[in-house]
Order: sequence, then structure tokens, then C-alpha cells
Amino acid sequence: MNFLNHTIVSWTVFLPLIGIVALLCVRGDAAVRKVALVFTALTFLVSLHLPFHFYSTSGGFQFIQRHSWIPAFHIQYLVGMDGLSLWLSVLTTFLSVIGVLVSWKSVQKNTKAFFILLLLLETGMLGVFCSLDLFLFYTFWEVTLVPMAFLIGIWGHERRLYAAVKFFLYTMAGSLLMLGCILWLYNLTGTFDFTVIKAGLASGAFVLSPTTELVLFLGFFIAFAIKVPLFPFHTWLPDAHVEAPTAGSVLLAGVLLKMGPYGMLRFNLELFPRAAQLCSEWIVILGLIGIVYGALVAFVQPNMKKLVAYSSVSHMGFIIIAIFTFSQIGTQGAIYQMLNHGVSTGGLFVLVGMLYERRHTFDMKEYGGMATVMPIYAGFFVLIVMSSVGLPLLNGFVGEFLIMVGTFTSAVAHAHVYAIIAATGVIWAALYLLHWTRNTIWGELSNAKNKVLKELDRREILVLSSIGALTLFMGLASPWFLNKTAATTAANVAVFQPASPATAAQRRTAPPPLVARTAARLTTGGGQ
Amino acid sequence: MHLHLWIIPLLCFAGFALNVLGGRSWSRRTAGAVGVGFVAAAFADALWVASQWTSIVHPYLELHGNWMQAGLLAIPFGFQLDQLSLVMLLIVTGVGLLIHIYSLGYMAHDGGFYRFFALLNVFMFFMLTLVLANNYLLLFIGWEGVGFASYMLIGYFFNKDSANRAGMKAFVVNRIGDLGFLIGLFYIFDRFHTFDYTQLFPMVQKMPVEASWGGPLTIIALLLFVGATGKSAQLPLYVWLPDAMEGPTPVSALIHAATMVTAGVYMVCRSASIYDRAPHALEVVLAVGALTAFFAASIGLLQRDIKKVLAYSTVSQLGYMFMACGAAMYGAGVFHLMTHAFFKGLLFLGAGSVIHALSGEQDMWKIRAGSPGGLRKYAPITFITFLIATCAISGIPFFSGFYSKDKILYDVLTSGNGSALWWAVGTVAAGMTSFYMFRALFVTFFADPKAPAHASNDSHGAHGHLPHESPGVMTGPLMILGFLALVGGYIGIGDRFEHFLDPIFNTGVPPLPVHAIAGGEMTVSVISVCIAVLGLALAWLFYMKNPELPEQLASGMHGLYDLVLNKYWIDEVYGALITRPLAAFSRVVLWRGVDVTLIDGAVNGVATTAEIAGDGLRRQASGQIRSYASWIVLGAAVVLLYLYLGGRTV
Repeated sequence: MNFLNHTIVSWTVFLPLIGIVALLCVRGDAAVRKVALVFTALTFLVSLHLPFHFYSTSGGFQFIQRHSWIPAFHIQYLVGMDGLSLWLSVLTTFLSVIGVLVSWKSVQKNTKAFFILLLLLETGMLGVFCSLDLFLFYTFWEVTLVPMAFLIGIWGHERRLYAAVKFFLYTMAGSLLMLGCILWLYNLTGTFDFTVIKAGLASGAFVLSPTTELVLFLGFFIAFAIKVPLFPFHTWLPDAHVEAPTAGSVLLAGVLLKMGPYGMLRFNLELFPRAAQLCSEWIVILGLIGIVYGALVAFVQPNMKKLVAYSSVSHMGFIIIAIFTFSQIGTQGAIYQMLNHGVSTGGLFVLVGMLYERRHTFDMKEYGGMATVMPIYAGFFVLIVMSSVGLPLLNGFVGEFLIMVGTFTSAVAHAHVYAIIAATGVIWAALYLLHWTRNTIWGELSNAKNKVLKELDRREILVLSSIGALTLFMGLASPWFLNKTAATTAANVAVFQPASPATAAQRRTAPPPLVARTAARLTTGGGQ
Repeated sequence: MHLHLWIIPLLCFAGFALNVLGGRSWSRRTAGAVGVGFVAAAFADALWVASQWTSIVHPYLELHGNWMQAGLLAIPFGFQLDQLSLVMLLIVTGVGLLIHIYSLGYMAHDGGFYRFFALLNVFMFFMLTLVLANNYLLLFIGWEGVGFASYMLIGYFFNKDSANRAGMKAFVVNRIGDLGFLIGLFYIFDRFHTFDYTQLFPMVQKMPVEASWGGPLTIIALLLFVGATGKSAQLPLYVWLPDAMEGPTPVSALIHAATMVTAGVYMVCRSASIYDRAPHALEVVLAVGALTAFFAASIGLLQRDIKKVLAYSTVSQLGYMFMACGAAMYGAGVFHLMTHAFFKGLLFLGAGSVIHALSGEQDMWKIRAGSPGGLRKYAPITFITFLIATCAISGIPFFSGFYSKDKILYDVLTSGNGSALWWAVGTVAAGMTSFYMFRALFVTFFADPKAPAHASNDSHGAHGHLPHESPGVMTGPLMILGFLALVGGYIGIGDRFEHFLDPIFNTGVPPLPVHAIAGGEMTVSVISVCIAVLGLALAWLFYMKNPELPEQLASGMHGLYDLVLNKYWIDEVYGALITRPLAAFSRVVLWRGVDVTLIDGAVNGVATTAEIAGDGLRRQASGQIRSYASWIVLGAAVVLLYLYLGGRTV
């Protein structure tokens, strides 16, 4: 067991690569699909080892594995997991299985290449969540970029090339900024080892001037903000989603977007806490704009996939405000919401994809009355929409509620205002999701083309019922998940807690104007 | 003594789950048996729980692990049985069971039988969670859950666009209220770090009565009340309830009359400790309740659709319950909640029986035209029970509603938190209630006095065949509810009912001095009875004795008539001020303007500029992803070079 615990992360990360080798050896689309399914399923099962052997009392990294990789530059192969990365990894392996299953029939051309890229993408995503060496992290980060761009560009819909290029350039721009910052950090500290840098910065062994810290913070932040995507860096997302094949959308929304908040929690908050505090209000305001703006724009979309894409902007806004109000309840909620969003929005894209496979259009006007011809589909549709709306006892509510309570009770200035604006999200989400439901599955079956549509087959039922079961389980048993992340988040926010409750009350009652405060902090160079 | 309260809601959930998973392939008989059977079991369990009342400590608590936990926050799956939840438990399971049985007959001809019972069961599950919860957040599960069930059942006939529209409206408007509720919950947690009643209320009870509007308890009380106005359809959020009549009639009876809509009243009563210390919040509750009672009753005067009359009547009656709460006489509110569950559930089931008798007709005048000689001849049981319920809601002495409504009016007049003004408003509304209910009764069940007496012989009704009485599975519940609507008020004689609830509602705030009334309760009762009889007499005059009179009156003051007939144009005002501007703003300004033109325009502009800037780069940016991959390789090379040079400087 000891050997397994020391190598389990690598097994998880690289099993999909072994799958690629296997894929190269088989012929025929049917065999290719099966091999891809076997390896993603195997990876999922292997990744389940992680939560069951994770010590919830420890906030530090576990399952650490360390090898020298490029000694000349002190680059290591260093992987490990803490509460932050644990569930995101499991989410990734879960959604990869879903990604293979939803591509079963919809991908007919270059099948082998498609699944190879899908498995490569899985390795990249898993690598991002467990890399503890900054160079290794950046490598995996880039590895996710290329297969996703190809998935959109080759297997996408009408404007796939435009979307792929936009996705690639936009996120690449952010990545390059991050790369610059990583190299700068290396220059300052002489190491890529995240744990060493973090400990050094915390203990004062490495000292960053306030300006340096701020610039480094922003470099990382913009890369992650594009990924989230945070308003106003979000316009690549609707295009990418609309053009991506279903599996691409599921993994893009489900996992790739989570790399943004993950990076913020891991790097921005843990390495640059003073700069994080300095910028927090601006970031929270962008997050709040995203919540309301994303929802209202989603409400008026005639294209179902764009509707879901903009809903992501809204949902991800919750995560951002939770991260940058620095409360433990909120951070726990943010982690849970990342998982929820992966499951629910992944589910919504699966639902859209199933309609597309039947009718080859995302136009909402083409549908209506689907409950008449596809009652089982309609049942799952309602379930997953309700999870996204945040109906209690389903997963979405737990995350959103923790985020809002955490924000409301946090020590930052204007905490109440933030939480109240965020809470209006409960109205907006109901508005656009029920509007979609009404126009798609309820109503009269007036379009003749829809009258012959086939009900879900067994594979599709399997996909939707596993997602549905998860929404219910995560809605009922949240402590089972959150107990494992508690120690990590407690450590994560500890540095931000005010020295005494009195300071918290003070900050909340009489804060000077935002711009003045930011300017003052910049000049004094402190985060207090 | 362990009661295992959790079994009660879970029984209903089991019924839901079975019908969802298997109902499609079952016969109607099986699906119905499952749907009714599990609710019957829940009712039986509730009765058993009630029989154990004397052998348990009050409040009885049971905890089953945590639903959520993070930092200081821990929300248990906890259930609580005390006087208030016991009353609600028995009302919900009892009336719920009757309406389930009734539905076996009413829904016999509709498709998706299993779906109907599954949804009714899941409603029961959430409603029971709501009343048995030991903390606000678990209550909120039920609160949102019943809203979901309501949404699904209003839109039960999902091919009908009006039904879907109404379902969505109900959900969204309720969510507006829920926003207030949620923020109230945040304040509670911020201040007290718990949602558990048994921990929270003792802390609240140590706090003083607040004199200002800005006190923490006043803010919490007002925010919770915003939630209550949504769920219990009070001004200004009542607009969803009349539209909710799109749902099948048993749904209207169970959800939109007897149980769900009273959740707001229950929640306010449950929070009595908070409200008692927030007198300003009580003023708001009283004023909103009284105004809603009056306003909705006035709309009820002119409705032609029998279900719409009952819907506005429900809004109005819920207003009475809030008046009681606002006067800090929560016991009277719960008393009226109970009698209302009997007589309003009965009125809706009676209306359903009428609609059933006339193959779906809901316009009272068409019902009258379709029943030559008067519907009461064809459907005597329906008529008698409807008559009992009408007397009860109108406040005719010795019927249940008389006791509870009279108690509320008396309390509002005499309680230190009440006032003569709101009593007068409530009393006038009571007169209107009596008028519109007897109007409904006369028009629906009695022959048109203008029609020739032998009409029954030469016309067989508008639908070609005569109306008929409903089957026993429907008239049975009518008779049981009729009995309860008749005698249900006697339990409150001598304030016995309220004294039973005293342990919940004595929150340690000494009551304000009462306003003494000459003649005491008798004076108020006499006025109430007079005004109820006046309403009855007017209805008789207008719709039996002299049917030309209403039209003459209407043409005499048609400005006011049009205003009320069109429900004060409230829906139109909301549409013009909120709904349509919001959609237009989102589409034109946010999406096309900000998103597509401004932000994405800037993004694409940067890209285009970059393309044009370098001819060499332009070829690279022409869409060949492969070339980007080579750029990555090139970039990596640059990085390595940098590292090699930079690495040595460290």
C-alpha cells in the first residue's frame, strides 16, 4: 500500500497516456471506442483510491512523488495532492468517462485521433491539478491547450476554426503571461518547487517588494481569469462552446474552467496574499458583474449552447467572490461549487448534445414539447436543470449557500453587499433555466421534425443517470466531500484572517472609498 | 421514546421514487395505489406520533448527521416535534391524504397518472420536511422543494403554454421572495452562528424588544417576511397564485389552498420569538396582511372563473392569517390556517367536482347555463358540502371559519399590536368575502332566475349531456372535509386551541396592554355576523332576486368596475415596468451592445490589429493550428535559453 500511495498520482495521471499507446495498437472504430472507455474508466477507478486514502486531518500535500527531471534548471517531477486538488482530480476522471460515452456515436470521423486527443487532454488536466513544480505545472497547462483546440477545430461545428483559433490565442496570451511570472519567480528564488517557494515567502526567506508581488500576482491572475472566465475576459467561451463537440464542451466547462479558480487558490492566494488582499475588491466586483451579467445575457440567448455557456460565466462568478473574500466557509463552498458546476453544467452540455445529435441544431426555436416524445429525457432535463438552479437537496444549493454565507460573514469590507448581490443569482438562474426548459421540453410538439425523435437509448440513460445520481448524492452528503478539504481551506485562509474580531467589524462598518483605499495600500505597500 | 419522525417524509419520498422509476409501466390502479398508499402510511404514522404525545418531552428532537458543514456552520438533518409542528403534521398528512384519494377519481381520465401521483408525493415529502425541520435551513429545503413541486404541478398539462407560463411565473416570483428569506438567513447566521430553533430562540429571547427599524431582529424579521409574501402570496408578490390555477384542481386544493401557501404563515409563527421583539416588523406584517385581505377580496368580487374566485379568496384568507401574526396573536393565525385548510380545500375539491361534472367548464355562468334547473339537483353532495364551506369561509355562525376569523378580527382590534383601522379593513373584507362566495354559490348551483322554468326539458345543457354527481372516491373526501369545515372550529372555543400552542408562542415578551372594547368579544362577533349576512343578502339580491342589478351598477361606475375587473392591471404594470424592460435591456444593451460589440469587438480588434501589424505573422495567424503548435515549440526553446542564461544569475 505504501508503494501505491507514493505512486498513485502518477498512475492516475499517466494511465490515459498508456491508453493512447493501446489506441495506437488497435484498428477499427468499435475497438477504439472500447479501449478509450476501458482506460478512462480504469483511470476513474484508480483515482478513487485517492479520497479513500487521504488523511482529512492534514492540510498539506499527500501522495507526494519527487524525481529530478531537468537538473540543470532544478526542474523536478514533483506531484502531490491536498484537499484542493483531490476532488478536482476525481471530477476530471469522472467527466472523462462521460466524455468518451457521449462521443460514442456522435464522433464518426477520425475516431482514433479524437480519442487520442481526449486521453491526452485528460492527462494534461490531471497533471495541472497535481503538479507541485511550477515548470511541470506550466507544461501540463499547455498540454491541455493543444488537444482542446484540436477537438474544437477538427470535430467542431460550422465556425469551428474561428472558435479554435480564438480559444487558442486567447488562453495562450494568458499562459505566456503566467510563464513570464513563473520564470521571474525562478529568477528570484532559484527553484520551481512550489512548496519551497511558498514556505520561503511565508517565512521571509524570500522577500518580494510590494510592486513585484503585485505584478507577479497580476500575471498569474490574468492567466487564470481568462480560464475561469472572469468578466470581461469571457467572450472566447461562448464561441468555443458552441463550436466544440459535446465531449469538448463537457470537459471544457467541467474541468478546464476549474483550472482558473484552482490556480487562483493555489498560486495567487498561497504565494501572494498581500497582493490578493490589495486587489480583492476589484476582483470581487468583476465576479459580481459576471453573476448578474452572465445570467441576463444567458436569458436572451436563442442558441441553447450559448445559453449554457453564459450560465457558466454566472456560476463561476460565485466561485470568484468566495475565493477573494477569504472565508473558510466560502472557500469550502467555492471548492464544492467547482465540483457542482462540473457535474451540473457538464450535464447540461450532455443534454444539449443529445438534442443536437437528433436534430443538428442548437436553435431553441426548433424545439418545444420534447417531453411528449422523450419523457425520460425530460425527466433528466428537469433534474439537472434543478441542480443548476440550486434546488436544495441537489448539489448546486450546497455550494452556492456556503459561498453566500461565507461571503456574508467574511471580514472584508462590504461583505454584506457582496453577498446580497450574489444572492440575486437565485432569481436569475431560475429565470434563464426555466425559460429554456419551457421553450424546449414543455409546450406543444408543433415542429413536425421533432415528432419522430427517438427516446434515449441505454448508453444515454447510463450517462445521464450517473450524472443525476451524483447531483443527488452530492446534495445529500456534502460533508463526505468537504471533510477532506477542510484542513486545506483552513490553512489557505488562515493568513487572511484579521488579528481580532474587532478589526473585522471595523473594516465592515466604515471603509473609505475603494479607489482611495487601493491607492493608499499601493503607496504604503501593505495589505492591511 | 423514539418516534423516528424521519420516516414520515421518507414514506412520501418512497412513493415518489417508486412511481418515478416504475410508474410508466404500471397500470393506473397500481400507480394510484402506490401514490395513495404511501401517503396513507404517512398519515397513519403521524397519528401514531400524535398518540405518543404525552410520553415524550417537548420539544422532541432527533438528529441524523449533518447535511452541510464548513467552518462554524453545521446543518443537521434534524427533526423536531412540538405543539406547532404536530398541528401542521396532522393537517398536512390528513388533508393531503383526502386530496390524494380524491385525485384517484378526478384524474382518472388524464394522461400521466403516475407522474401526477409522483409529484403529489414529492410535494408531501417536502412539505413534511418543512414542518418537521428543527432548523431554518432544513425548513428551506422544504420551502424550495414545495416550490419545485408546485412548479411541476402547475405546469402538469405541459402541452399548454399558459400552464407552463404560470408554472415558471410561480417559481420565479417565489424566488424573489426567497431572496429576502436567504438574506434573512445570512443575518441570522452572522449574528447567532446557528440555524437550530432550540439554540437560536433562547438567544433571541435574551434580547430586548427593539424600538428602532434598524435593530438586528427587526431586519431579520422583515427579510423573513419577504420570503413569506412570496410563498404565501401576499402583496406585492401574490401575482403567481391566481395563475397557478392552471394546475389540476386537486393541486390547487392541496398546494395552493390547504398547505403550501400557508408555509409563510407557519414560518412567521415559528419565528414568533423574533417577531415579538420586532414590533415594527409586526406592524408591517399586519398592514400587508390586512391590505392583501382587502385587495384580493375586491378582485374576487368580479371574477367569472370559479377557480379564480377561490384563488383570490385564498390570497385574501392568507392575509387574515398574517393579520393575526401581525397582532402577535399567532395562535389565532394557526387556528385560521387549520380551518382554512378544511373549508378552502373543500371549496376547491367541490369546484373540481363541478368542473368534473361539466367536462372541464370553469366559467360559473356557463356552468349555470349548462345545468338546466340548477346544478344542485344533479350534484347534491357537491352542493351541500360546497354550501357548508361557503358558510364557513363567510363567517356564518357555528361554522368553523366563523370561530377562527372572528378570533382574528377581535385580536386585531384589541391586541396592543393591533388597531381599529386594520380591524375595519378586515371586517369590510369579510363582508366582501361573504358576497363573492355566495355569489359563486348562487351562480354555480342555482338555476338562472331569468331562464324559463321548463328549460330542463328542451335543452340538455351546453355539452349535450346533463351534469352528473362525482363518483364516491371524490364525494367521500368532500363529505369528510365538509364535516371538518362544519365542526373544526369548535376546537377553538374557549381558546383551547391557542392555549395548546402557548408553549411555542409565549416567547417571554410581556403583551402590550389591550384595547378594551365595550361589550367585549360579543360586540365584534355581532358586527362580523351582521356584515357576513349583509354580504349573503346582497349576493342573493344581485344574482337570484334581481339579476339586472349588477349590470346596471357596473355601467353606473364603469371606471372602478374596469379597474377591479382587470385586477388593477397589476400584471400589466409588472410586465411593462420589469419583465419586458429586463429582457430588452439584456438583449439589446448587455448582449448585442456590451458583449458582442464592445468586449468581443475589442478582442477581435486586438487580434486583427496584430494580424495587420506583421505581414509575416499574418500568415501564421491564418488558422493553421499546427503552426501554433510550432510556436509553442519555439516558445519552449526561448524559455530554455532564458533559463540557461537567467538560471546562472541566481
